[in-house]
Amino acid sequence: MTQRSVVTLGTSVLVASLALSACGTRGGDSGSDSGSGSGDAKKVAKIGVIAPLSGDLSALGKGIEHSVELAVKQANESGDLNGWTLEVAAKDDEAKPDVGKNAATALAGDKDVIGVVGTLNSSVAQSVQPVLNSAKIAQVSPANTNPSLTMGADFANAPKRTYDNYFRTCTTDSVQGPFAARYLFQKAGIKKVATIHDKKTYGQGLATSFSEEFKKLGGQVVEAQTINPDDDKYDAVISKIKPKAPEAVYYGGEYPQAGPLSQQMKAAGLNVPLMGGDGIFSGEFIKLAGATSKGDLATSVGAPTEELESAKKFVTDYEAAKFPEPYEAYGAYSYDAAKAIIEAAKVSLKDATSAESAREATVKAMADVSFDGVTGKVAFDQYGDTTSKVLTVYKVEGEKWAPVNTEEFK
Amino acid sequence: MDTFAQQLVNGLTLGSLYALIAVGYTVVYGIVQLINFAHGEVFMIGAFGALSTYLLLFQGQTSLWILPVMIIGAVIASVATAVIMERVAYRPLRGAPRLAPLITAIGISVFLQEFVRLFYDKIPGTNFPSAKQRIPFPRIEGVTGTAFEAGGVVVQKSALFTIGCLIMCAALLWYFINRTKLGHAMQAVSQDPDTARLMGINVDRIIVVAFALGAALAAIAGVAQGLQNANINFKIGFTAGLKAFTAAVLGGIGNIQGAVVGGLVLGVVEALATQYVPGQFGGSAWKDVWAFALLIIVLVFRPQGLLGAKVVDRA
Repeated sequence: MTQRSVVTLGTSVLVASLALSACGTRGGDSGSDSGSGSGDAKKVAKIGVIAPLSGDLSALGKGIEHSVELAVKQANESGDLNGWTLEVAAKDDEAKPDVGKNAATALAGDKDVIGVVGTLNSSVAQSVQPVLNSAKIAQVSPANTNPSLTMGADFANAPKRTYDNYFRTCTTDSVQGPFAARYLFQKAGIKKVATIHDKKTYGQGLATSFSEEFKKLGGQVVEAQTINPDDDKYDAVISKIKPKAPEAVYYGGEYPQAGPLSQQMKAAGLNVPLMGGDGIFSGEFIKLAGATSKGDLATSVGAPTEELESAKKFVTDYEAAKFPEPYEAYGAYSYDAAKAIIEAAKVSLKDATSAESAREATVKAMADVSFDGVTGKVAFDQYGDTTSKVLTVYKVEGEKWAPVNTEEFK
Repeated sequence: MDTFAQQLVNGLTLGSLYALIAVGYTVVYGIVQLINFAHGEVFMIGAFGALSTYLLLFQGQTSLWILPVMIIGAVIASVATAVIMERVAYRPLRGAPRLAPLITAIGISVFLQEFVRLFYDKIPGTNFPSAKQRIPFPRIEGVTGTAFEAGGVVVQKSALFTIGCLIMCAALLWYFINRTKLGHAMQAVSQDPDTARLMGINVDRIIVVAFALGAALAAIAGVAQGLQNANINFKIGFTAGLKAFTAAVLGGIGNIQGAVVGGLVLGVVEALATQYVPGQFGGSAWKDVWAFALLIIVLVFRPQGLLGAKVVDRA
């Protein structure tokens, strides 16, 4: 009798702990005091950052945070902010929608916040959008690539803008997936692929838009599988795909899973390139995938940061600022995103008495923002999407991502 | 047929890992009737112990002789964690209501995870990478690299290593429990600690031995997992611990053979479910659902588990 009851008890506690762990930890300290009412002469406005600053994706998140810091620092030094001083308020979203929502609520409650750069994950953006929208805070994402965030759920047939405060500096999956499909089919001559995605908003969107275009071109999708983002071992999935003999595997997801997946694929004898979107375009991918990642492919938004004439200054400045982490895939986009908010704020803050009262005007001013940024021309269309649709395919060569093809998507 | 054999191999590999960890749950449960939920973290610390040994002593090398040293490092880290855990957290609660040690176990589990997450890169005198992200695990010649292929079935070297470890550990464990004095003392304590104490057995010492034994096996599993997946992170203990606990209950908790069988069955079911369940509920996304459905079905018809729990009748 006693024996059973312990097992029952154990199981129920286990279930409870599972349920609790889903809630996760709250996003760290809630920053310094939010009030600015101390009445000193210096007028302060803040640009918030919501990104994964801890956890698997922190390499990308830290790059976003530091790039925004760089843009804000330069804006303060330039002195043309009409007497205002900008600060960065960075919040960790742990790449989780519920934590992101809390971060957004905290920023919305901070009277000094005028705009937010973030998020990294499309799934987190979905829960952040409504919070920032009701607070009328402009949000510019450097990395959300899911099309529904700007064009609504039925983006393919009846695009409709959902949140008028939401903008992004990167192109979307509805461009990125097809771009990858065209590269594989037309340039690499691959006719049979298998797809895998991680069931997150980003991964699923990417894999779906890729498959549609690939089939349209006349290619064959021999197997479509999914994995759990929490898994470490993908043998069963790989064994299922291998007999279908695909010539490449397209993965919708991010590098923490893609790296081990590539490694395990090659170890299991499935020696075909793994291709993914901007979520696997990170140095961490190559570290995790090891030497066998040679030949793996990724698409990323924009032209390669290192090769752009306009990005040279950003790269030098970033290195001169000696941030502890590299700018990674989204640094340049985050810098441009922060700059877009700063440009809009220059207009809206001019005659404003407080940052809070300038929020709405900032959102309005965003639509007219147009400047030559690090990644090219920065301007937004009627949905809040960037007007630039340049993408690049990268290939792993000599333990580094090397650009192989940059093109404007039409 | 090839596919079936392939998935069977995948399942047995995964199952061997579960089995190695499940033994730790079952041994401790058999002796103190405690479900040590922090056992998954002992496994995780084993993997980090092996990684640390490698980073400190052999960085950049790949020869096979490094592996035993890494295993020793892993075992030391795991056993030390388990013994300290028993001394600090569980021994003061001996005789307390059962809920208390159970909740303590969950607390320790969270503590150990967060400890590794926050402080692994801050250990003085070392230059370890941050554990906040996945860390690549060293590739060792002989147990990683090109897989063997026989008749369309791919068997990875790391899989052979894992299965080999399970066979060796099971044999040693059997010998230890049935042929040594300490093993007999463990059996005696698990049957009746009070009488065992009257017979002159140091019960506290036996409990420590049980914890250490489980930890050593978990450490070996940690090395095997690192070699198989080529990366480790601070969260691996949670999922693996959950699965291993399931395996222990599936086989009959308290029963060592049961833990091994339960682990292997669970692994094979997961692999086969990925391959053979058709339609919307198929594929790897649903494998855990099928694994846990199996657990529920087994417990409905055989509440004592597949091989039967060791029944302890305590007045």
